[in-house]
Amino acid sequence: MKIKNIWAWIILIIGLVYFFLPLLATFEFSLRMIKDRYTFEAYRVAFTDAKFYLNFGYSFLWAILTIIISLLLVVPTAYWVHWRMRKMRPWVEFVTLMPFVVPAVVLVFGMSRLYGGGLKLFGTPVLVLTGTPILLLAGYVILSLPYMFRAVDTGLRAIDVRTLTEAALSLGAGWGTILTKVIFPNLRIAILSGVFLTFAIVMGEFTFASLLYWPAFGPYMEEIGAMRAYTPQALSVVSFLLTWGSIGLMQWIGRGSVQEVAAVH
Amino acid sequence: MGLIDNKLTAQPKGDAPTARPLTKKSAALNWLPLAPFFLFALLFLFLPSVSIFVRSFEAPDGGFTFDNIIALFTVRDFINAYKTSLTISVVTALGGAVFGFLLAHAVVLGGLPKGLRTFMTTFSGVASYFAGVALAFSFFATMGIAGVVTRWIESLSGVDIHQQGFTIYTITGLSIVYMYFQFPLMVLIMAPALDGLRREWNEACANLGGTSWHYWRYIAFPILLPSLLGTAILLFGNAFGAYATAYAFSGSFINLVPILIGAQMQGDVLFNPGLGNALALGMIFIMGICMLGYISLQRKAARWLR
Repeated sequence: MKIKNIWAWIILIIGLVYFFLPLLATFEFSLRMIKDRYTFEAYRVAFTDAKFYLNFGYSFLWAILTIIISLLLVVPTAYWVHWRMRKMRPWVEFVTLMPFVVPAVVLVFGMSRLYGGGLKLFGTPVLVLTGTPILLLAGYVILSLPYMFRAVDTGLRAIDVRTLTEAALSLGAGWGTILTKVIFPNLRIAILSGVFLTFAIVMGEFTFASLLYWPAFGPYMEEIGAMRAYTPQALSVVSFLLTWGSIGLMQWIGRGSVQEVAAVH
Repeated sequence: MGLIDNKLTAQPKGDAPTARPLTKKSAALNWLPLAPFFLFALLFLFLPSVSIFVRSFEAPDGGFTFDNIIALFTVRDFINAYKTSLTISVVTALGGAVFGFLLAHAVVLGGLPKGLRTFMTTFSGVASYFAGVALAFSFFATMGIAGVVTRWIESLSGVDIHQQGFTIYTITGLSIVYMYFQFPLMVLIMAPALDGLRREWNEACANLGGTSWHYWRYIAFPILLPSLLGTAILLFGNAFGAYATAYAFSGSFINLVPILIGAQMQGDVLFNPGLGNALALGMIFIMGICMLGYISLQRKAARWLR
């Protein structure tokens, strides 16, 4: 047992080094803007740039809109699938797993060609959506689907949808009441974990925003990275804290319910 | 139609007001709530993918052609891009799978304090999301020209590794970066799978005179193999489709398929829109095969581990 234990410790330490060395290095690097001294100068520079707030604000806006659209799409669908259309569940799940088959860069490529004047009806381009944030938000919603659906689906499985719905119906409740007063409260934790994951993904997203030319935190970081030294690392620390904050919060809220989360880049 | 509907149609003479036979109209109503979801998927997932497929066979003048697909297998830049992308994905998937498995094994079965396991899985959850631009910057700060590790090595041994020809702007460098989100994913998925190994199996093996080697070789490993392989495929796809990390890390130094597609989007660098579509189609094709492999392995994995 002893020797096995030593191996476990060695592996663990290598793992911890791999996890933390880049993070510590980033933090240390971000403090070195002024020669021979540790200061928060890089953070001061980062936080005095008006464009930081603009891009961060936009990302926040995209995240909120994505969450709203994703919830409106996923919750009623998942609920209905559990209550009336069980046999459709594999199909819905299949759709939510598609972002794995079609990577973001491929999806954005296809969308921008199709809805950028490529779809023609009698020679005239129809459904030209480039120039509106619709493609960006649609892309983000697609990215959020696996997490949102899985979270809500797990939540719905834990409650007896049929009994709850039938009880509510026989007491004379309407659909609005059932969804907002019966189903939603029971799914609160599941929904919150989907929300936090979506938030973390959208806030740091680069591919869609950059290739569709919308202001966002990801492309802004990339731009700063090409221009400056030290500030990009300060922004990295901010970005990491954001991810850590949302996912940590999610795990804290959902503690007790074991959920496997997987990322797709 | 679900169970509940059959029940309703089975007792049309019931006296309760809800127990009416289902009409065609209400069957259609059953589908209606699913319409927004599938319409959305149709517009923003399937039609774009289908359009990539169709346009891969489109010549610059709009006619039908196989040239774009043929170009995938003949143009040196494309072959190289696919080779590089496949290499980095296979290497980081295998590396991530092996190290992730060892780490999961260490925290689940290695007899370490229980708190460490919770910490490690929580942290893996965060690390598997910490990709993209921020991750690339982290590795500049770690192994770049003025990086922390670079300076340590210099102050310890007096050797500036970057002057010795080392640079992180290579496939090896990018692989090290990718590993950062690859192995945590393996830990996340393998930890519950290792939990699924029952103690009795090990005991039964020991009772029959088997050693630890026998247990792993003939019992645990075969049981875990489908989930190991399935997760390795997941890791492969994860690296294969990654754009943000690669772009922020190397600009267009490293010729990867996603980078090439991104460049084609920003300005028609291949001077032929059909070629970009063919490149994208190739990615969808490879990812599709991965997905099929993953699904069938998941089914096998689910047999023992529940």
